[in-house]
Amino acid sequence: MSTTATPPASSAETAPGRGMRFTGWASNYVDERTSASTAVKALGRKIFPDHWSFMLGEVALYSFIVILLSGTFLTFFFDPSMTEVEYSGSYVPLQGIPMSVAYHSALDISFEIRGGLLMRQVHHWAALLFVAAIGLHMLRVFFTGAFRKPREFNWVIGFLLFVMAMALGFTGYSLPDDLLSGNGLRIIDGMIKAVPVAGAWISYLLFGDEFPGTDIIPRLYVLHIMLLPAITIALIGIHMVLLIVNKHTQFAAPGRTNDNVVGAPVLPAFAAKAGGFFFIVFGVIVLIASFFTINPIWNYGPYDPSPVSAGTQPDWYIGFADGALRLIPPNLDFVDPLGYTWAFGVLIPLVGLLVFLAAVALYPFFEAWVTGDRREHHIAERPRNAPVRTAIGAAGITFYAALWAAASSDIIATHFRLSIEGVIHALQFATVVGPFIAFFITKRVCLALQRKDREIALHGFESGRVVRLPGGEYIEVHEQLDDFERWRLVSFDEYQPLMIRPNDQGKITVSQRVRAGLSRWFFEDRIAPVTMNELESQKH
Amino acid sequence: MAEAHDSAHGGETPGTAVAQQQDHSAPAPAVAVVRSDRFPNPGFPPERLRVTDLDPKKEKQAERTISALFFLSIIGSVFAVAAYILFPIDNLDPSTIRLNNMFLGIGITLGLLGVGIGAVHWSKALMHGHELVEERHPTRGSDESRERAVEIFREANAESGFTRRSLVRNTLIGAVIATPIPAIALFRDLAPAKDPVALLKHTMWDTGVRLARDPSGTPIKASEVTIGSAFHVIPEGLAELEYHRLEEKAKAAVLLMRLPVDELNEDPAKADWSYDGIVAYSKICTHVGCPVALYEQQTHHLLCPCHQSQFDVADHCKVIFGPAARPLPQLPITVDDEGYLVAQSDFTEPVGPSFWERAL
Repeated sequence: MSTTATPPASSAETAPGRGMRFTGWASNYVDERTSASTAVKALGRKIFPDHWSFMLGEVALYSFIVILLSGTFLTFFFDPSMTEVEYSGSYVPLQGIPMSVAYHSALDISFEIRGGLLMRQVHHWAALLFVAAIGLHMLRVFFTGAFRKPREFNWVIGFLLFVMAMALGFTGYSLPDDLLSGNGLRIIDGMIKAVPVAGAWISYLLFGDEFPGTDIIPRLYVLHIMLLPAITIALIGIHMVLLIVNKHTQFAAPGRTNDNVVGAPVLPAFAAKAGGFFFIVFGVIVLIASFFTINPIWNYGPYDPSPVSAGTQPDWYIGFADGALRLIPPNLDFVDPLGYTWAFGVLIPLVGLLVFLAAVALYPFFEAWVTGDRREHHIAERPRNAPVRTAIGAAGITFYAALWAAASSDIIATHFRLSIEGVIHALQFATVVGPFIAFFITKRVCLALQRKDREIALHGFESGRVVRLPGGEYIEVHEQLDDFERWRLVSFDEYQPLMIRPNDQGKITVSQRVRAGLSRWFFEDRIAPVTMNELESQKH
Repeated sequence: MAEAHDSAHGGETPGTAVAQQQDHSAPAPAVAVVRSDRFPNPGFPPERLRVTDLDPKKEKQAERTISALFFLSIIGSVFAVAAYILFPIDNLDPSTIRLNNMFLGIGITLGLLGVGIGAVHWSKALMHGHELVEERHPTRGSDESRERAVEIFREANAESGFTRRSLVRNTLIGAVIATPIPAIALFRDLAPAKDPVALLKHTMWDTGVRLARDPSGTPIKASEVTIGSAFHVIPEGLAELEYHRLEEKAKAAVLLMRLPVDELNEDPAKADWSYDGIVAYSKICTHVGCPVALYEQQTHHLLCPCHQSQFDVADHCKVIFGPAARPLPQLPITVDDEGYLVAQSDFTEPVGPSFWERAL
């Protein structure tokens, strides 16, 4: 069996050159041992649709590869020990100061090794980009309804990757054992201690002693370079396999249906574009790392439980959790009659965040239940065409953004010359009431945009041609869209709310009532797409 | 599962038809309204050719641009190696680190962006530009393979007796669930065999322990504490600890402040815990344990920089703003014969964040 690539038609007459002969021989050699041709046959011309928003997931994937590469370099130099030593490196302000070996070696990577600082900054910037790209990718998937059947599992796996990215980020952030990250760990310790029943014990076992102990950095190191990356790589693998099985979604456009995929084949166009894009993402990260400092640990000093610098900020993706801690009102400890302490000041934000994350993870199942929709969906919806979902997303973003802003409450107060109390109260309001306002506004905006679409589909667009009528009246002539332009505006589904019906026993269950109520909430206000008859009658 | 499609709500293509309810006890689903006069998909629009498809000159030009980008990439990579050698780090001159970082970075950036932009340009300008179409098929396996899968499980069940031999099956499930239990037990020695709760309730402070400056460890005389001043304090002897220095410091850090006696609103029960307007409070925030490091002299307020809890020193350090759970614990102090400030005892309550057994 020969797998020699077909030569281009124009050069069919010329005999294959040496390079071609070698490629043919090598392909045959490999295929006879692996049946790799089957994979090439199945995947080589697989079609990937194109849209700018589809690259967000690619950015996440590629920045993860950059993280793996730069992180591997760092492991060759980093020593995660918490043994205390005196600093003897070249950074004068810290000379003679006692510090952990971990902090010392992080300083050495920055100051003694050529390219060490660059790799540290590449690693950190890539990590920040990784979480950001995952977040944006999730928003794209959410707002286009790309999580619907058959992609619910892949949504959950993507969500787990988001959690993994945050866990990887936080464990990595803690490793240099500097003052800033040490205070971050202390906050985590404080949160763990608040956990009912086992809090003090979990903290004790995690830190291997009372806080801070001498075990936490090596333990986080094992998590950071082995366990969490292994889980992340496995999840990415499943994510990719499901992407291939389910095929990519595409936006509605002429010729594109729920039953086809239109785009570029993997070989060569998509591979070149995606492969090239990996190099662009890598290049941009290195460019940022060459010019912009990130996490200057030498400014913070080694960890010591007593000092702290004002204006402390976590890395951006932990901000929403830190912000939640800041917004809770004081004195919420409750001691129950048995004498046990319920630290509601910490537990409320903690549980609130877990509920928020669980809501994100489970949303596809919730929507599927409410809508009762069991069809497969491969067309990415325009956000306006699902007003309630889009409004829920906007509410979620507002909630997250308010918590996130709260993590910088002190910086906001000092930069804008506001009182810290005012900033906190405003953000408390934004966290609780903001989502409702965002929901209402977004839903109305979506409906208005849908109405505008209807208007354009029915009456056409303003042509810019102004005509004077015999009576002296001026009008602007509207021109009808062509079929291809109109398709984008009319190719969506309209849904009706669920009817309550008795089941076989003739009963209407509570869950049915809830479901019908939610369905009404989803689909009560809706705009129908323009139909052919409507357009016809409009013309006369 | 039923294969039928609900004809009343059928879409224009079989694949988009609304699947009929399989479970008749469940309520009818909300379905998409499908109208008969729906617009049909107009099919693919006429193809728009690229400038490189139309003009051979532009095609040549694109080819030259792409190879120039690849060539630039080679130069960048070579430059990065040169920069590695030409801009070494001089231990005596920190600015060399910046130069090394910058030039090495520029070289690598050029190397990467040249490849990246070149490849994307190649793909967009020169590679076959038409979109191709691939059919989708329902994700579920074909009926044939589903039937075969069911059959396989049935055969496996018959051959093993998995449902028939329920005692074997249930004991197996129990056994497998039990196997990770030893692994959980193994993790007990993640920490030493002490009770963390007892540790959390005691600090290094004790009767007669002198208050010393952080980090030098020199003791503080009451006469040195002027009105309005604040000291970061550790117990004397902590700075010399060989073992557990940071762990002790994480609990024992204290803030010492002197207020005019008439401005200090003291609890009568704790009236003798201060000395001449000098009060000592735990520096560990009762929220999640950050050091409450900022003292505002004019208002006597302490501010935690982590989450902005504020405590009023003049009023038993009660929480006046922010998420903290309770006032900062006060350290009872007095002076010894030589005029040094000393602790009367340990803190009378656990310092730092709340935990389950805190009030017991």
